[in-house]
Amino acid sequence: MMMVMRRFEEEAARNYAKGKIGGFLHLYIGQEAIAVAATEVLEERDYIFQTYRDHGIALARGMSPKAGMAELFGKDTGCSRGFGGSMHFFDVDRGFLGGWAIVGGHLALAAGTAFKSKYAGEDSVTVCFFGDGSINIGGFHEAMSLAGLWKLPVVFICENNQYAMGTPLERTSPLKDLSIKAKGYGMVGDRFDGHDVEVVQARISKAVERARTGGGPTFIEVLTYRFRGHSMSDPAKYRTTTELEQRKQQDPITVVREKLMGLGVDESALDDIDLEVDEEIDEAVRFADDSPPAREDLMMITAMAPEGES
Amino acid sequence: MRELRYREALREAMLEEMERDERVFLMGEEVGHYQGAYKVSEGLLEQFGERRVVDTPIAEAGFAGVGIGAAMAGLRPIIEFMTWNFSFVAFDQIISNAAKVHQMSAGAIKVPIVFRGPNGAAKQVAAQHSHSCAPFYTNIPGLYVIQPSTPRDAKGLLKSAIRSNNPVIFLEGETLYGVKGEVPDEGVEELIPIGESRLVRPGADCTIVTWGRPYYTVLAAAEKLSGEGIDCEVVDPRTLRPLDTRLMVESVKKTNRCVVVHEHWPYGGPGAEIVDRLQREAFDYLDAPLERVTGLDVPMPYALNLEDKVLPTEERVIDAVKRVAYAS
Repeated sequence: MMMVMRRFEEEAARNYAKGKIGGFLHLYIGQEAIAVAATEVLEERDYIFQTYRDHGIALARGMSPKAGMAELFGKDTGCSRGFGGSMHFFDVDRGFLGGWAIVGGHLALAAGTAFKSKYAGEDSVTVCFFGDGSINIGGFHEAMSLAGLWKLPVVFICENNQYAMGTPLERTSPLKDLSIKAKGYGMVGDRFDGHDVEVVQARISKAVERARTGGGPTFIEVLTYRFRGHSMSDPAKYRTTTELEQRKQQDPITVVREKLMGLGVDESALDDIDLEVDEEIDEAVRFADDSPPAREDLMMITAMAPEGES
Repeated sequence: MRELRYREALREAMLEEMERDERVFLMGEEVGHYQGAYKVSEGLLEQFGERRVVDTPIAEAGFAGVGIGAAMAGLRPIIEFMTWNFSFVAFDQIISNAAKVHQMSAGAIKVPIVFRGPNGAAKQVAAQHSHSCAPFYTNIPGLYVIQPSTPRDAKGLLKSAIRSNNPVIFLEGETLYGVKGEVPDEGVEELIPIGESRLVRPGADCTIVTWGRPYYTVLAAAEKLSGEGIDCEVVDPRTLRPLDTRLMVESVKKTNRCVVVHEHWPYGGPGAEIVDRLQREAFDYLDAPLERVTGLDVPMPYALNLEDKVLPTEERVIDAVKRVAYAS
């Protein structure tokens, strides 16, 4: 799966350069282990929210690369039928309730689906991802306050990739350890490294279990790193090549590859998987290219939902 | 028919809809144990319990967002803002989330939610607590905006708003909560459709379009004008988005002149929208420029004599009608 995400986004970047993809494009490259680990832990009935850096989690949750790529191309076959674009992937049938593009704005929504679970006596859990750039805005504070107060079944996962756009964490927060914020909201905090998928999965699993069994919310800080700029327009001049190269030593895909080989998996078997993924992504690009454009006739009628019983 | 106060009519609407549909709940500051800052939710906690009448901390962006998320997952929240002035700190939730997600998800996600509370000036609550908020919200595709003037409209429209599959901005009036009016008898269910205007008072000489608090100012002015031989027809749009211009256009075609009276500021908003549509849809029938009587274009001052100047007065309505009737 991590390879699907990686190749999907590498291909997206190429097609962005070709002008086939418009707007903003924020890549998840380097952070893939977190999405893969989290989705492994979740049940079908659970809800997921993410920021605008949302391709990875959508694919990990089971969205087809075709539906994702077609959305980037602005096509009717895309996961949001060309109305969302890169920042607003949706896959409601899989409980993926969106990529959201106002920093901090979706945390309260996640508290809201968790509120619904509690209200209806359901044991579904909501997982909400956001970046270290979200921790200073009011939306973060209010959502955390209410989730803590009402002990909602939600797991807040801060993917700390060290930079809020181009500003490093030490210039946005007096704290080195963000997870201590959890205490102020009356919830459990956790903090760990995000490049080893097994570690991430084990730790997120604990938080999800806590939420599912009535133990309330958890605030998790996962230390990670994005290998690309904030978006396609960002050459990332605010960090050094040395730093980037060092971080790439901990590429979650390399980590898992080496682990598997250590367990005796044949390298050629892994190469075969890579080739299959290449083919799948090429197919997704062809599909997106050949798909019909977003439909004008849907534009006016989808501004409001149809009325009547529901 | 029986007489109810505006606040009682609103309470009945919520109570009936909460009895009818388990998914409906009320959330906001002081809605439960305090019984509502303006006593609109009085008694609801006792009837429905803390699960469905949810007191919140002072965190408008937080609980507005929780409501939207809950609506996305299938509940039907009623979010009370203690006043609409406090909705500005939740503006992003309403604009960027509630109003956008249905289209952004290509129709996959609905947000059946009502945001309600008192709107506009009360009495001497000064600049930060006197906003007439319709212009901010009517500009946004993805929202319905309702501003009922009477107890009957308040009840019938709030029930429709709660049953709507879309986010509804429901603008009440603090000064209207005590107003009495006829409401259908108990057991008689009336759902007033969103997006239908109402002919309030028939007349032949000049059309007045108005809603909210100035509705009552206009009715008083119309009485006085009638004594002077000017017969005004009054139309209340009731819903400001979507805007039903049918009755007002018909009326202007008959009277050939029109004054629009509203509390909100003059720059843009539903008042300006109505004038724009009337000049296009009834251009050939107009015998005078369309006039507006609005809240004055200043932040609301505290002193009573100044506040009285800012809000539309009978005098200003009468002057405007006489101007378009060339009767001054």
